Amino acid sequence: MPGARHSLWDVMRDKGYSRRDFMQFCTFAATAAGLGTQATAAVAKAFEKKDRPPVLWLHFQECTCCSESFIRASHPLVADVLLDAISLDYQETLQAAAGHAAEKCKNDVMKNYAGKYILLVEGSVPTKENGVFCVIGGRTAEDLLQEAAKGAAAIVAWGNCASYGCVQAAKPNPTGATGIQKLVGKPVINVPGCPPIADVMVAIVTHILLFGRLPELDAQGRPKEFYGRRVHDTCYRRPYYDAGLFVESFDDDGARKGYCLYKMGCRGPVTNNACAVTKFNGGTSYPIQSGHGCLGCSEKGFWDNGPFYRHLPSFPGFGIESTADSVGLALGAGAAVGVAAHAVSTNIRKRKLIHDQVAEAVQDTPVSEKVD
Amino acid sequence: MSSRHTYRRLYVWEMPVRVYHWLNALSICVLGVTGFLIGKPFTVSLAQEASGQYWFGTVRFLHFTAGYVFLFNMLVRTYWGFVGNRFAAWDKFIPMTRKAWQDIVEVLRIDILQTRGTGRIPLGHNRLAGLIYFVTFLIFMFQGLTGFALYGPMSHSVLGKLAAWVVPLMGGELVVRQWHHAMLWFYVLFTVVHVYLVFYHDYVEGRGTTSSMVGGWKFEREDLLED
Repeated sequence: MPGARHSLWDVMRDKGYSRRDFMQFCTFAATAAGLGTQATAAVAKAFEKKDRPPVLWLHFQECTCCSESFIRASHPLVADVLLDAISLDYQETLQAAAGHAAEKCKNDVMKNYAGKYILLVEGSVPTKENGVFCVIGGRTAEDLLQEAAKGAAAIVAWGNCASYGCVQAAKPNPTGATGIQKLVGKPVINVPGCPPIADVMVAIVTHILLFGRLPELDAQGRPKEFYGRRVHDTCYRRPYYDAGLFVESFDDDGARKGYCLYKMGCRGPVTNNACAVTKFNGGTSYPIQSGHGCLGCSEKGFWDNGPFYRHLPSFPGFGIESTADSVGLALGAGAAVGVAAHAVSTNIRKRKLIHDQVAEAVQDTPVSEKVD
Repeated sequence: MSSRHTYRRLYVWEMPVRVYHWLNALSICVLGVTGFLIGKPFTVSLAQEASGQYWFGTVRFLHFTAGYVFLFNMLVRTYWGFVGNRFAAWDKFIPMTRKAWQDIVEVLRIDILQTRGTGRIPLGHNRLAGLIYFVTFLIFMFQGLTGFALYGPMSHSVLGKLAAWVVPLMGGELVVRQWHHAMLWFYVLFTVVHVYLVFYHDYVEGRGTTSSMVGGWKFEREDLLED
């Protein structure tokens, strides 16, 4: 879509959306960006005047669950507007164009809007064997990423793949899969999750469109707005945790009553995400609500932190069934045995000491109060 | 064999050192038990509504409170390492001289090979004990940092925020939790060996090692005193 770009309102009007639809969208955008409804007017003004930035969406090593999630944003209007109107100039799964026409479209955006377009990346990038594990149109993923990242105004890494490498990067990581952050040398918004929550994805795109800059990020490059709290601390089952009421197995009475899944290996206490607040599928549910512990899919290296159904992962280097506790218990038992053996030999020695000491005769002396 | 030795009583452990020791022992016991429970809780089903029950919350509260006691106690002891007497001084914990390492070998021979020993054992910490305490200080620091890093996100604690950098550095909260939990076993091992060795040295030397942490006094043969 080279040539003159229009504001979001221009495009929506052309597509037949009513002013009411537009204002609804602006209200959502204001709320998603954390401004509240009183900012709707300002948001509407911005979307009326500002040119829409073009958006490129690249796919590398992934399963497309991020795209699937994105198109299921709870507010259908929002998804429509974003897909119709953010001018998604290149999205391999959704674009109508194919082959050279599609590539031309992408190249035009990169050339004509250098420094202005938004780059959304789905999937990890293989780095071993010169990246032969993911080649699109004869070029490696890393090559394509570097080219697109150069002129991008903002880069978003969708999902655990683009953020940390996800399952492809699990040990032994045969393709050398990695998140994009360390490859591009630019600030990247990591939106981890497998998939990320649709409404979170939409909110982040909206934030960039609205403010023209990145949302506030934490130390791992994740938007604080959505990854600032643990699933555990916002979970509706949290009171059962504090009460000390736990599910002990998936078919026990506690499971039926909806007790805390902590002992079933729930990763909620170590996972930062908005699942318990925003939920999935239009606020229908999230894993814990449907009776299964959190897998920690928005955390780095979650595939290697197994087994999933145990509170603490296996202890590295001691086999898959070992916990820190079994290793510790073995060491503790070893120490106790050592100490007992030592005590036996000390007692044998003590007989001689007592014998010598009788001849020595300790003399009692006045107490010295000398300090030091 | 018939020589008569005169023993002198010397004030070795000052009050802050002794208070540190017992406060540390107490907080470690509380932290260890509650920490183990946090890692492996059990369901307490009482005949009441879940809303009337808070036992796991109490366990966690005790853990966090003991954590604060533990941390500030350690900071006070670190300060005392610079202003206390020579037995409490920081340089007793880090073997920096050749002599110190020779002493460590000597203590190992006494402890493990159970030899009589050739020279005098220092009145304060022996060099091996000092080194091990130094390692424990490092692990205390690690536990403090990882503990407050895990505690931070659910509190407004400044200390939690100060330790927040630990989580990304170690690669996620699960890893932090794993190591914080694994180090619990260091305390178990340390306690077994520490308590035993105190008894052992008292048992074979008879210098009042055990009671010295209560009253502060130790006994030394006059002919072996340096000054």
